[in-house]
Amino acid sequence: MEMLYAITTGVLTACGLYLTLRGRTFPVVVGLTLLSYAVNLFLFSMGGLTTDGAALANRDGHFADPLPQALVLTAIVIGFAMTAFVVILAMRARSEAGNDHVDGKKEIRE
Amino acid sequence: MILLWIALLPLLGVVVPALLGQRERALCTCLTAIVPAIALLLTLSQVPALLDGETLRFSAAWLPELGLELALRLDGLTLLFNLLILGIGLLILLYAHFYLSPEEPYGRFYAYLLLFMASMVGIAMSDNLILLWLFWELTSLSSFLLIGFWSHLSEARKGARMALTVTGAGGLALLAGFLLLGDIAGSFDLNVVLASGDAILADPRYPVMLVLVLLGAFTKSAQFPFQFWLPHAMAAPTPVSAYLHSATMVKAGIFLMARLHPAIAGSELWTVIVSLVGTATLLYGAWFALFKTDLKGILAFSTVSHLGLITVLLGIGSPMAVVAALFHILNHATFKAALFMSAGIIDHETGTRELKQLGGLKKTMPVTALLTTLAAAAMAGVPLFNGFLSKEMFFTETVATPVLGGLSWLLPALATLGGILSVAYSLRLVYAVFYKPARKAPPKTPHEPPHLMRLPVEILVVLCVVVGILPGLMATGLLDLATQAVLGESFDFYLSIWHGVNLPLMMSIAALVFGTVMYWRHSDLRQFTQTFVGVDARRTFERAIVVLGYWAERCVAVVEGNSLQRYMGLLLFSAFVMGVIGLAQITDLTGTLGNQPVDAMALLGAGMLIFGGLATAATHRYRLISLLMLSVVGLFVALTFARFSAPDLALTQLSVEVVTMILLMLALFFLPQKTPQESSPLRNVRDILLASALGLVVASLNYAVLTRETLSISDFFIENSKPGGGGYNVVNVILVDFRGFDTLGEITVLALAGLAIFKLLNRLRLFIPHSDGEGRVWSPDRYPAILTSISMALLPLALLVSAFIFLRGHNLPGGGFIAGLITAVALILLYMARGVEWAQDRLNFPFQPVAVVGVAIATLTGLGSWLFGYPFLTSAFSYVTLPLIGTFELASALLFDLGVYLAVVGATLMILANLGKVTTPHRPMLEPSEKEADTPKPNKEAR
Repeated sequence: MEMLYAITTGVLTACGLYLTLRGRTFPVVVGLTLLSYAVNLFLFSMGGLTTDGAALANRDGHFADPLPQALVLTAIVIGFAMTAFVVILAMRARSEAGNDHVDGKKEIRE
Repeated sequence: MILLWIALLPLLGVVVPALLGQRERALCTCLTAIVPAIALLLTLSQVPALLDGETLRFSAAWLPELGLELALRLDGLTLLFNLLILGIGLLILLYAHFYLSPEEPYGRFYAYLLLFMASMVGIAMSDNLILLWLFWELTSLSSFLLIGFWSHLSEARKGARMALTVTGAGGLALLAGFLLLGDIAGSFDLNVVLASGDAILADPRYPVMLVLVLLGAFTKSAQFPFQFWLPHAMAAPTPVSAYLHSATMVKAGIFLMARLHPAIAGSELWTVIVSLVGTATLLYGAWFALFKTDLKGILAFSTVSHLGLITVLLGIGSPMAVVAALFHILNHATFKAALFMSAGIIDHETGTRELKQLGGLKKTMPVTALLTTLAAAAMAGVPLFNGFLSKEMFFTETVATPVLGGLSWLLPALATLGGILSVAYSLRLVYAVFYKPARKAPPKTPHEPPHLMRLPVEILVVLCVVVGILPGLMATGLLDLATQAVLGESFDFYLSIWHGVNLPLMMSIAALVFGTVMYWRHSDLRQFTQTFVGVDARRTFERAIVVLGYWAERCVAVVEGNSLQRYMGLLLFSAFVMGVIGLAQITDLTGTLGNQPVDAMALLGAGMLIFGGLATAATHRYRLISLLMLSVVGLFVALTFARFSAPDLALTQLSVEVVTMILLMLALFFLPQKTPQESSPLRNVRDILLASALGLVVASLNYAVLTRETLSISDFFIENSKPGGGGYNVVNVILVDFRGFDTLGEITVLALAGLAIFKLLNRLRLFIPHSDGEGRVWSPDRYPAILTSISMALLPLALLVSAFIFLRGHNLPGGGFIAGLITAVALILLYMARGVEWAQDRLNFPFQPVAVVGVAIATLTGLGSWLFGYPFLTSAFSYVTLPLIGTFELASALLFDLGVYLAVVGATLMILANLGKVTTPHRPMLEPSEKEADTPKPNKEAR
């Protein structure tokens, strides 16, 4: 299970990073979102993978580590704010520069 | 406490002229002068205690964990410097009153001057290395303001910049040196440092530390090869030159060497570096002083030379040399301040400082001529003046020291040469200005200055003479205290004019005779120097700065080069290298914990995640499809959280997923639907390789962590969740209670992002496509009937659910974040189903205040605990029983969570609703008149 989880995180990271290396704004935004999924999964797993162990203190049994969960929860919300900011920055950049290249360049290869 | 006041008063005094501004000038000067005068009196009031052999200290904790204390001391050395700084400072204030013309912003000038005074007093009084450094930097900054006071002059700006660069760079070296010194001595407390001299000298880091500290001292005190900034700082108004370059700023480096004498002097390295650098400076300054034609230029180079002399003495380091050094600090300050002020008077009354235009001023300015002559005689070391005494002590010490071994005779020889030069330039200064017939008439008809303007010069010249004639009476007491502070023990010495016929006396006489001869043959010498091409320090410096800037730009261009892709590539590559280095140190990737068995559902989930990720990347040129694939990933991430016991995360991820997708779809509407094929195959392969390599690193890291035992602090949270936070849902209790401060920061960021987006959307020019990526025109059906009716029915239900989720959050999965997102989703559904117009009529209020109020509630809840005497964000809770509903808990954390809820709702709606509104007349806009400028198409509304 751990290996499967790690491979999944790795694949998502790789896909996200590949997209952030693209030259147009929208794929970069999508890439950042994908990357933040991967990072959240990675951080979440720092407490270990626990089945049936929701951290509710009135239950018995073993608990999943609540601390990474709390951190990831806020990270998800902040990630949304970041995505929103970046995508609207992309819109604004297009409106100012007339194209959606990440460097605001005029079309070069067309 | 008195110590604190002495240090604090000049700093508080900065406010006085700053507030008075351009009010009545005499009043401004008087009121400003009161503050340093009180500080001076307070300093003097401590003299009896000092005479009793005490070292007065004051200390208050500032940042104890960094070793920084507000620690002050008053010993003999501090007393000497405080008298110079405050005493001469007062004279300078009086002088500046007459020097500056009434139109100039003298209030600002006085404020800068007092700021500088305060930082100098701070240096002299600091009892902590870091504090000393702080004031040290403050002198660099305030001297920058003073030197560049006439900021309309290019020379002043350049001179100020050069001084700041050199002394600032030296300050950084000094900080490094201090940190090392503190580390070696084990404390930044000056007492500890001064007491651990032997340990410091024995430490292997001593040479590095010494060089760094000396770099700081040499740059500040204009020692060779850093002397070049001082002559260019002469672009400052003359009161500034007289103050900074006679008594204070340039003496700070000397002060530092004297202050740290017991701790860092005494090694061979110290003696060699300091005395050689001092000798070089002494000769360099004296030689160039001889050929300057600008009055202040001569004085500037002679200052460099005299600073070199003091440095040599400190380098020699014998007790008597220290006495001589301190004595010369005092003497130099008196005669040099007097000379600078005389130069200013001449400049003021004749309109020029050029020797070529001056001459014969003895007739028109007899008193000034007398005063200047006397001060210059002190500078030249003529008997019966104070300069003679300390210079003769200097000669004595150079003869006595065995610093250079077999070459030790070199030092007295060079010292005599310095003496000869100093006689020559002093003579030239006085003779050319006052006694030689004028070659040209000066721009203004000269006359004597107002008496009060001359008064500071008179006081200082009288001091020169009195100390020169009665050294034992006038200076011994002060010097005794100062020497004691520097050496750490008392040392008996006796100052007198006559020591009998000996070698030093011969050297003095030689200096006087040959100096006169040298001035007599001055024109030959000048012809000789004119065969050399002069180096303009300023041009060299400016060019160096330009070259530095050019290379910095080149470096930035290589790394960033206006290309985000290249920058990202380099960033990711370095991350990869770091990751590999880290991973290479793990011997075995699999840790002690084995793998848990894989079940079919997990396999399916992982498969969908991998598929979704790869598909998002593969289809990225077809943006809508790519987005749909991304949503698959988001959904399965939520399921993954649910699978691994994180219900809160699953709920959050799910609702965030909804708003993210709506947001990205909406944004995509305004962006091109497809990405053109523009990366070369090579670049694609490179990117794929780089991304895959990093993916491998992340996967390996993740696997390595997952198969190892981890230490967690979470047991504390689980145990204290109920007793401490009043809730069973540990994740929520961590968010609103244990780590509430983090959450507060997070919702603030969220609200700020919302506000920033609101601003970005303001007056945005839009590209509204007529058709989708395939060329199909948008559907004319405005709002699907089914969605419209369902959304209406769903709204109250959704709000109810969100209220439920909110209330139960403390004990069961839920809470402010999730409830806020659900509410936001419900409201956005309404926008989508009914259109902006319809929703705007019913939700007719801005969302910014909602978010702001949310953050405010959370903050106030936190502040509320102060009222009850608890730390910020301490939560309280109790249980309330309501009929029908039953017992439930009422915690202050609930109020905090309400703030979170409102902030999330406000920020999310601010982002999405405003984005939806950009195509409608309700779009965010600063000035309504802009509407006509780019009216959006009326039939296009938010999707």
